[in-house]
Amino acid sequence: MNAGEAVVALDRVAVTLGERPVLREVSFRLEAEQFCALIGTNGSGKTTLLRAILGFIRVRAGRIDLPAGAIGYVPQKITLDPGLPLRARDVIALGLDGARFGARLPSKARAARVQEMLRAVGAEEFAEQRVGTLSGGQQQRVLLAHALVRRPKLLLLDEPLANLDVGSTAEIVALLRRLSHEFGAAVLLSAHDMNPLLPVVDRIVYLANGCAVSGKADEVVRTEVLSCLYGYHVDVLRVHGRVVVIAAGAGDESRDALERDPVHTITVP
Amino acid sequence: MFSAFMLHAWIVATLVAVAAGCVGFFVVARRAAFAAHALPLGAFPGAAAASLMGVNELWGLAGFAVLGVLVIGQLQRAGRREIASALWLTSALALGVLLLGLSGRYAQSVYGLLFGDLLGIDTRQMAVVAAFSGLTVALVAWVGRPLLLDSLSSELASAAGARARALEFVFLGILALSTAIAVPVVGALLVFSLMVGPASAARACTDRPWRSLAIAVGICLATVWSAIALAYVTNWPVGFFVGMLSAVCYVAGRLRGGAVALAQVA
Repeated sequence: MNAGEAVVALDRVAVTLGERPVLREVSFRLEAEQFCALIGTNGSGKTTLLRAILGFIRVRAGRIDLPAGAIGYVPQKITLDPGLPLRARDVIALGLDGARFGARLPSKARAARVQEMLRAVGAEEFAEQRVGTLSGGQQQRVLLAHALVRRPKLLLLDEPLANLDVGSTAEIVALLRRLSHEFGAAVLLSAHDMNPLLPVVDRIVYLANGCAVSGKADEVVRTEVLSCLYGYHVDVLRVHGRVVVIAAGAGDESRDALERDPVHTITVP
Repeated sequence: MFSAFMLHAWIVATLVAVAAGCVGFFVVARRAAFAAHALPLGAFPGAAAASLMGVNELWGLAGFAVLGVLVIGQLQRAGRREIASALWLTSALALGVLLLGLSGRYAQSVYGLLFGDLLGIDTRQMAVVAAFSGLTVALVAWVGRPLLLDSLSSELASAAGARARALEFVFLGILALSTAIAVPVVGALLVFSLMVGPASAARACTDRPWRSLAIAVGICLATVWSAIALAYVTNWPVGFFVGMLSAVCYVAGRLRGGAVALAQVA
């Protein structure tokens, strides 16, 4: 796939869950090897958007163009059973052919591919441990390897930094940036705290009020752009090198969500 | 103990143990112990109905087990699996009481179905058990990997292209099949102990999934063989020994798991 060619393109996508319209009109495109952050407050529809791209949720209107082949996916924090006899190595192998039916004998090529992924995400040290007993950061590495082992053109990650400590967050962000280049995958990563991501992302898709704006960080995270997106005035302020998005007043659902979110602050690099 | 009279018991118990070990691994991995209890017990009115109609009770068990799969599978779309299982269990038990009352063979039939009657198995029943057991193992081999991924996370399985809802139906179907054949051996009340105890113990013995499944089969075999031998010697019911030995396996597995964890900390 050539640089400049869209890996995923959304055109006026609308999604309704039950009676509630979660996404009203979302359009953006992502090119090969682009590292893109999907930002929004809790409940803004980030997970819904990722699930719609994956085909888990039916789109009510609009169109989603996807690359041929596999899409890598790391879901929002999942609880892995520590009692399940499944090593980190096995989880990565399941990423390779876990959906295929029929028994399969072990092969050298398969084992080498798994080993390559263990090395790529720095998981060799705990490859033989049960995945459910690993720390949050270690599990994220294993799930990342599971998602990348089929070398997808598109990698979707739903809040991969949630519940990680500061050290693990920095490590995972650096790892993601490196791997997106190494594997030539476009990355769409959702987060409500953008601080650790802004130094490394190519683009931002900012989701609010059922709509999205996309572009480079300094194009999107601006008072006039976000005010237009939210449908009321918000201030994008610089405080000690950080950009804080503040809503003026309350009463609207998305405005309340913005005010409730204690980490919805954005640092411009 | 190995006379021609007992031979059927040994063969059928072996077939049942292999199927129970394979399925038990997934029962524990998917936390489906209650469904493993509800399906055979809910299938017991099927055996009562078959008895009433004068056909092989295994077909009645299998028929009602499949019905149980469909009911639980449909009901759990709107709620949780344990609630769906409980609803099926209570309704089926009520129907079973009625059918047994109508059949007029109340006490003997109830005892055989609830606690197992291994010595009463003839050659025809043995052939049916062999066919069902072979089918169960083949299905587990066929669907094992997607089922394992789905047991880890349904979302990961769906993202990989597996159909999580279809997998749940297939799993319940395999569970129904294996429990239907195990009922004559250990009875509807104790059949799930053969699935849960050995598979839980096997989890503590290894970190590898397929090795754990093989160990679960091994423990199941050891359990039923020991149970038959002890039942022969003591003249106590086989079901009692299967239930007790399964519980002992579970406790031993937990103790081993605890000891390993302590050794790692030290």
